[in-house]
Amino acid sequence: MNTLNRRRLIAAAGGLWLLRPAAATPESLAAALRDFSGGAPLRDGRVQLDIAPLVDNGNTVPVGVSVPGVPAEQVQALALFTERNPQSEVLRAQFGPRAGERSLATRMRLATSQQLVAAAKLTDGSCWVQRVDVIVTLSACLE
Amino acid sequence: MARSLITLPERVVRGESFRVRTLLQHPMESGFRVGADGRLLPRDIVRRFRCLYNGELVIEAELSPAIAANPFIEFSVRAVDSGSLLFEWSGDNGFAQREQRPLIVA
Repeated sequence: MNTLNRRRLIAAAGGLWLLRPAAATPESLAAALRDFSGGAPLRDGRVQLDIAPLVDNGNTVPVGVSVPGVPAEQVQALALFTERNPQSEVLRAQFGPRAGERSLATRMRLATSQQLVAAAKLTDGSCWVQRVDVIVTLSACLE
Repeated sequence: MARSLITLPERVVRGESFRVRTLLQHPMESGFRVGADGRLLPRDIVRRFRCLYNGELVIEAELSPAIAANPFIEFSVRAVDSGSLLFEWSGDNGFAQREQRPLIVA
């Protein structure tokens, strides 16, 4: 009984630690996606999110977003969102007239195992997304 | 002045696109971590990145606390004329940095 209580306490403390910062929720993720798409319906496909499905260290995770098969001039903006980091937003990029291929790579933090969403806005107003689930073994320190 | 590392080809062919990789030394303190005194460490991140090619926009990005420390951004540029690439970062606490790199287009 005693050990069980102690275990519970430790588990609860661990939980509190993770919950401390206001975590992003599926609702805030949806709101961020809506803000990015400008109200256009989100369609699956076209945009591609490159990330390892199993992440050892959440502190620096290489990610890439690209839009294969779509002419570069038609891609207006790319964005990346998370479901369960403290904030939904990760990165947003707008392309100018001198951009080459519309692809982007960066390194991000992952607070826990969760879903990532890559989004692309095209010049015809459509918005495309890809959702990828990742497993994180070592979490980034509170994001 | 923070250190930065920018990798791009010395010579490029007109009309072709090439990759540019940028790395900037910056802690990207997320604002969600608790310090030794139990208080939240104030946020200190790079918020914006921009690349201009002879004064014309290549890419403009908004960064968030979810970007790892020492922000790395890789993107692609279409070669048009010889000139220079200008890189600008700006962020919290008045952080601002500019770097310029020459580019030869053959």
